[in-house]
Amino acid sequence: MKEFKGRVLNGGYFKGEAIVSHQGVNTLATFQSSALKNAKQVIAADQNNPDIFEKNLTGKALCLPQTIGSTTGGMVLQVICSMGINPACMLFSEHIDSLAGAGVILSVVWENSKLIAIDCLGQEFLDTVKTGDTIEITEDGTVKVL
Amino acid sequence: MYEYKMKLTDEQKAILEGRDGEVKAKVMETIVRYGDMFEASELIPVTHGEGHLVTSFGLSLLKPVYRVMDELIGAGLKVEDGFTIDPRPVDTANVKYGLVDKILNSTVLYGKQSAYEEQLKKLGLKDSNAFSCACYFDEVGNIPKKGDVLSWAESSAVNYANSVLGARCNRNSGMIDIFGSIIGYVPKFGLLTDEGRKAKWKVIVNTEKKPLPQILGSAIGIKVMEDVPYVVGLDKWLGTELTDDVKAYLKDFGAATASNGAVGLYHADKLTPEAVEFGESLLVDDYKEYVIDDAELERVYKSYPIMWKEPEKPGVLAFIGCPHLSMAQLNEWSDKIISGVGSGKVKCETVICTAPDVREKFIKTEKYKQLMATGARLTSICPLMYTSNPLTKSKRLMTCSNKLRTYSMARYYKDDELLAIITGKEAK
Repeated sequence: MKEFKGRVLNGGYFKGEAIVSHQGVNTLATFQSSALKNAKQVIAADQNNPDIFEKNLTGKALCLPQTIGSTTGGMVLQVICSMGINPACMLFSEHIDSLAGAGVILSVVWENSKLIAIDCLGQEFLDTVKTGDTIEITEDGTVKVL
Repeated sequence: MYEYKMKLTDEQKAILEGRDGEVKAKVMETIVRYGDMFEASELIPVTHGEGHLVTSFGLSLLKPVYRVMDELIGAGLKVEDGFTIDPRPVDTANVKYGLVDKILNSTVLYGKQSAYEEQLKKLGLKDSNAFSCACYFDEVGNIPKKGDVLSWAESSAVNYANSVLGARCNRNSGMIDIFGSIIGYVPKFGLLTDEGRKAKWKVIVNTEKKPLPQILGSAIGIKVMEDVPYVVGLDKWLGTELTDDVKAYLKDFGAATASNGAVGLYHADKLTPEAVEFGESLLVDDYKEYVIDDAELERVYKSYPIMWKEPEKPGVLAFIGCPHLSMAQLNEWSDKIISGVGSGKVKCETVICTAPDVREKFIKTEKYKQLMATGARLTSICPLMYTSNPLTKSKRLMTCSNKLRTYSMARYYKDDELLAIITGKEAK
């Protein structure tokens, strides 16, 4: 078991499966397809991101450096939170970027979303956690890779 | 109530506490939380009140956005100085669509377009011509001054406003743009601070010929990602004056830095306003260096993947004008296509995109008739939104825009290559 401490952007408790992207997650490319289909879960659709492509992200802990891509990204995150098909947590190894940051805030303020967001977990976190690992998150921003 | 961290004035606190109603308090809370997330010191006034919104498309999936817009309207909130907005997604009068495309666009994809535009009017949309990603064109007229503070989100417009106009704007997300414009404040962090506008990269352009803006911008974006580059050597090719041609070059260059990386601001030595004023003192002490020669540009160009399912087949549809073409660019492309085809027609479907105000002006010229006689089409849509339709994935799109290449399956061609394909001078 290894433990990491990050900055809490929106806190909460979670225990479940990690999905790891070692490259920036393109929010629009990843989530748009599922949102358009009014799907019950998000199947990552970005062909340029082999780490997460075609993986189910709903209810999982998405571990990533930052998000990238179109400045509609924040709204897309808000949409999937509104639909209730969002990842349960977004765990950023770096400082959150402005698009994901906006998405988290829009989801919390306007959708009452419980999306957990923690950033500044460090590169070692992303080097340690593997897709399929079980992780546990507590309110104070502690992330345990079990 | 949200426990904020930044410094707020009494007026800002009162809005946050609900003095002006619950919806305005939520708008303020969103902006304050956004600032706190990025360790903003305070909120500062938006000095260029005219907004620009990135969300111009009535995508059916954006239901929460329409609900929030209704809440804003219901609370009597709007952008007092009005706003421009990114291009419309569909233009059935000037772009060819198949029957299935039309049905898909008007129902599944953009079924909310009309209703959304009605919302936009209530929130301060300037007029029906206000749909362009290049709102800073003279013909469109949403032009901030040097030092102005903005609340915009369109990545290419933010990049242009920061770099070419010397205004100050962060690389915001959609919704943050309208919230900042409504509330009249934005959090002070990043590109709104002197420190945040310093360059972490010195990029030395050392080419033997004038670099194509789309490839030069792409190379720099891929290298520096979200950092600010200070570009040396462009004055050799562009001179030191921001003429219309130079501004058009920088528009395309900047859009490529923003889409192939995440650049919100660049400085071009002896050319852009802050570089002229402060020179290399804009570089941080421990800056990194990137030297670009012709071989490096060719390497970057050849690295672009071809996403077509049948790459050996010819392209079907060419898009020119992402970001929208300026009047000078539109004239130049028209001249080349008209003289290239002679008395014939374009050899593939060719769609040229420009701002509605530019299009309106161009339509009155003789050249418009000559261009239409070639079979080319002139529209004001966003080519990116055209490609949101999944049916377009099989169309083998071509473009000379690096932004469109990045966000779609369109294949990138250099300007002269694309022109050759369009005019049939050289089949690729």
